[in-house]
Amino acid sequence: MAQQIALEVVTPTGAVVNEDVDIVNAPGYGGDFGVLANHAPFLSTIKIGILSYEIGKKRENLMVSGGFCEVSNNKITFLVESAEFGYQIDVDRAMKAKERAEKRLSQAVSHDESINVTRAEAALRRAIARLKAANIK
Amino acid sequence: MPSLKEVKTKIAGVKKTAQITKAMNMVASAKLRGAQEKMEAFRPYTSKFNEAMSNLSGRNSGGSFPLMEQRSVKSVEIIVITSDRGLCGSFNANIVKLAEQKMRAYEAEGKTVSFVCVGKKGFRTLRKTGKVRKSYGDIMGSFQMFNAREIAGEVARSFVDGESDKVELVYGAFLSVARQVPAATDFLPVQPIVDETAAETAPRISGEYIYEPSAEEIMDVLQPLYLNVMVYHAMLEVGASEHAARMTAMDNATNACKDIVSNLTILYNKARQAAITAELMDIVGGAEALK
Repeated sequence: MAQQIALEVVTPTGAVVNEDVDIVNAPGYGGDFGVLANHAPFLSTIKIGILSYEIGKKRENLMVSGGFCEVSNNKITFLVESAEFGYQIDVDRAMKAKERAEKRLSQAVSHDESINVTRAEAALRRAIARLKAANIK
Repeated sequence: MPSLKEVKTKIAGVKKTAQITKAMNMVASAKLRGAQEKMEAFRPYTSKFNEAMSNLSGRNSGGSFPLMEQRSVKSVEIIVITSDRGLCGSFNANIVKLAEQKMRAYEAEGKTVSFVCVGKKGFRTLRKTGKVRKSYGDIMGSFQMFNAREIAGEVARSFVDGESDKVELVYGAFLSVARQVPAATDFLPVQPIVDETAAETAPRISGEYIYEPSAEEIMDVLQPLYLNVMVYHAMLEVGASEHAARMTAMDNATNACKDIVSNLTILYNKARQAAITAELMDIVGGAEALK
């Protein structure tokens, strides 16, 4: 058995994951990155996207929204605003949210309301990430 | 002496009030449990967050961040977080009082003051001052991180735009179920956090950290997040305090009702006795007259 790293995913509503894992893949600021055991101390911001980790042959996918992560002492901690397991995601709801956000975006572009655009874009990114997390097997 | 019927209706009325206050007490205690759990769940997040922030600000000394900018203070903004509903004793009144004290103190120094109200109760009192810039009502019942983000974002924007030079946060701190006190903390400019407990437990290795992007850019992202965390935390505390305060208030009300009922019962018995005596006198008087 390869060495493991302690993974912790914390959201404002509580800890979501607290396990020893083999590898973590996360959507960092400069693109996706992977972390194995005994990684050097590391701090990165996290974008909306998919966080995945593996324990043996088991692989889990989570949709995470913005935050940051810290690696130190063979421990990786994610502080994100929300985290949902792929199997917990309501695909229909995410689909609807995606459509809604797309519609709002197309409307907002023609009327030029700057606040709505950033909000709708974030909503769209979240919806896409949710769908992706739900669909990966 | 009031008539028998009057007293009887009064007793029935007070008993009903006692029922309601008792029910409200139980509802508040159930909600308090929920609010406390929510606070509990948030604690790991804040402690981790502060750890990371102190780690970062430990190395960041020269950087200039719009949210940390220290200016000479001309205008102060006060975020006042209260509950949306009343019937919780002097809880909201105390928070508002503290906010007004702050206002007077700053105005005495010749600074202008504006309020941002979260929760309807504070707004209702403070709007008389005419200084409420923005108000968020009806959100204390079920709020989430994004509510806090909206509020923090708006306040941060006005700070960065130079509309306010200093922001304070006034809320009700939850010390225990029996004790809630109004509290004030500095909100903006962001103070570098020095978390001593974190520094002791985790040996400082910040110098060796790999940052992605640079430490300064991470700071730029973390600072607004930090504000969200602060607002959210204060809202959680107010939520829990509100229910705890309501529990106490309703308990007192129920006890007061019981006292009134026992007093009224004595009054009722006296009135009944007086009526019986009067009746007897009548009968005796009537019998005497027939002789």
